[in-house]
Amino acid sequence: MPETAKSAGQTVLPISLRRRITDHVMTGVAVLTVIMVLVPLFAIFAYLVYRGVGSINWAFLTQTPKPVGESGGGMANAIVGSGLILALASILGVPVGVGAGIYLAEFGRNRFGDVIRFTADVLNGVPSIVIGIVAYSIVVLSQKHFSALAGGVALAIMMIPTITRTTEEMLLLVPQALREAAYGLGIPRWRTTLSITLRTATSGVITGIMLAFARVAGETAPLLFTAFGNQFWNLRTDQPTAALPLQIFNYAISPYDEWHRQAWAGALVLIVLIVTAVAAVRFAVRRGGFGAA
Amino acid sequence: MAIPSLPRPHMRGPEPVESAKVSDVPAARKRSFAFFHEIGGETGDRVFKFLMLLCGLAVLATLGLIVYQLVLRSGISWHAFGFKFFAGHDWDPVNEQFGALPFIYGTLVSSFLALLIAVPLAIGVAVFTTEMCPPRLRGPLSFFVELLAAIPSVVYGLWAIFVLVPILSNYVEPFLSRTLGWTGLFTGAPYGISMLAAGIILAIMIIPIISSITREVLMVVPQHQREAALALGATRWEMIRVGVLRNARAGIMGGIILGLGRALGETMAVTMVIGNRPEIAKSLFAPGYTMASVLANEFSEATGDVYLSALIEIGLALFLVTIVVNALARLLVWTVTRGQPARAHA
Repeated sequence: MPETAKSAGQTVLPISLRRRITDHVMTGVAVLTVIMVLVPLFAIFAYLVYRGVGSINWAFLTQTPKPVGESGGGMANAIVGSGLILALASILGVPVGVGAGIYLAEFGRNRFGDVIRFTADVLNGVPSIVIGIVAYSIVVLSQKHFSALAGGVALAIMMIPTITRTTEEMLLLVPQALREAAYGLGIPRWRTTLSITLRTATSGVITGIMLAFARVAGETAPLLFTAFGNQFWNLRTDQPTAALPLQIFNYAISPYDEWHRQAWAGALVLIVLIVTAVAAVRFAVRRGGFGAA
Repeated sequence: MAIPSLPRPHMRGPEPVESAKVSDVPAARKRSFAFFHEIGGETGDRVFKFLMLLCGLAVLATLGLIVYQLVLRSGISWHAFGFKFFAGHDWDPVNEQFGALPFIYGTLVSSFLALLIAVPLAIGVAVFTTEMCPPRLRGPLSFFVELLAAIPSVVYGLWAIFVLVPILSNYVEPFLSRTLGWTGLFTGAPYGISMLAAGIILAIMIIPIISSITREVLMVVPQHQREAALALGATRWEMIRVGVLRNARAGIMGGIILGLGRALGETMAVTMVIGNRPEIAKSLFAPGYTMASVLANEFSEATGDVYLSALIEIGLALFLVTIVVNALARLLVWTVTRGQPARAHA
């Protein structure tokens, strides 16, 4: 910066016009990027609400799909099917994820823990469609047909790494003194972990679970050849099952206006469910105080 | 942790008298763990540690299972085509000729296009939120950007089909072909459904990832770096450039590569707008096909073992690429944040 040398004698160095302009321009550029990122966000939400609200009605929420050409019908079976698949995924994924998180936080401060930590991070980045293939190979091929269970397995695999890492993070936030106090009272280690450490970190751990849940709730790719979709009601775990994201996809790429309308309605329902879940969790955690990272 | 050396008086005693009294503190929880309680401290600890270890091993096993299944089931195709599989550009299920080059090309081009658009925007947003924005706005702003990450892929696709693609075909693509048509990248009929559309929707999807990692990395840059730059008379931008961005290079790179990993594997939104035609075209207005899209479209309809195996081999290739990319990204982010876990974005 030659300007500094020129004015070295002064107490306050004047900043050259060029540098001041650069500063302002870069601030402007940063503001511009923020606007450019927020515009699609608002465009998506605005359009979603605009198309979705006009298409949602009671029939949409209570009926099964009608054949092409007939108007009316809805996605009730897909909403329930999504619920079934997500319930299966949570039953399979949450205990394993939380358990692995506990292992990492309480016993995993070593090389082996690092290996698991790294594996979880890598697993988090595996494309969802690849996880779909694996669930297909394991469950669908052995059952000989598509099923809600296969979808649940695929989504569970996707939930585990997220839950593991957030659980670990949250448990590590619990002050060591709290654990030591428990040991000092003679409480066994497992008991301390479950009733003291885990309990203190509950809100944080639940946040992690909800984030994982929200993430897989909208997943379509791993369900394409596991849950497969279904035009009718199904509550059996070993049968092909409709899911909301799948139905949105199938309707979106169809050539029928009526189906496009329903796809928007489905997307609105899906996103309202997800955003509500995430926002509720954020709110609960902020109120609960502890566990907010 | 100094825990094991702490005295645990009841540990060796068979009667859990003392521990029973003590554990009245969390009395509500007592019954739910009655099973463990009867076993006593030492055995309980061992059983508990073992169970938790099993969960940890399950994470390893899952990754192992993915690798095993993909390798096992892509075997037929590997034996039939070998390395030619990745160099051939015929995709002809009827005659059982399979070459994956168009899909690899489509995946790479759409992902790099996405990075080209997303990186400057994401870094701009991160710099603005950490260095420039009034503290009041910081929370809401990062919340909104993270909200972008919460939108499911299929909803992005839906929006892209009905909003983005018409805009592209009516305004953006004609404009680009008039002004930049001579480059050869922007020629052909502006249908909207194109590589360009895929790149743009991918960019919107990976911005929150890159920007949240960048924000994290910028926040761990020590405050005195900033103060030192300002004390030397730097303007705010000079402080950001010299004191902040330069220190955070490795971490930002990690965030970018993480975004790339996501873009490579992204399926639904791309499938809905890229046109799904296995051809290699220079123009970004031409339709293409990606590795993930071909899996999404053809996997459940694949007839014949070779066809299915060829698709799984594409899955394996996609898996390997994303593993390498993600491992690289994690290492970079880890070196910057010193082992603190990079927050999983959801």
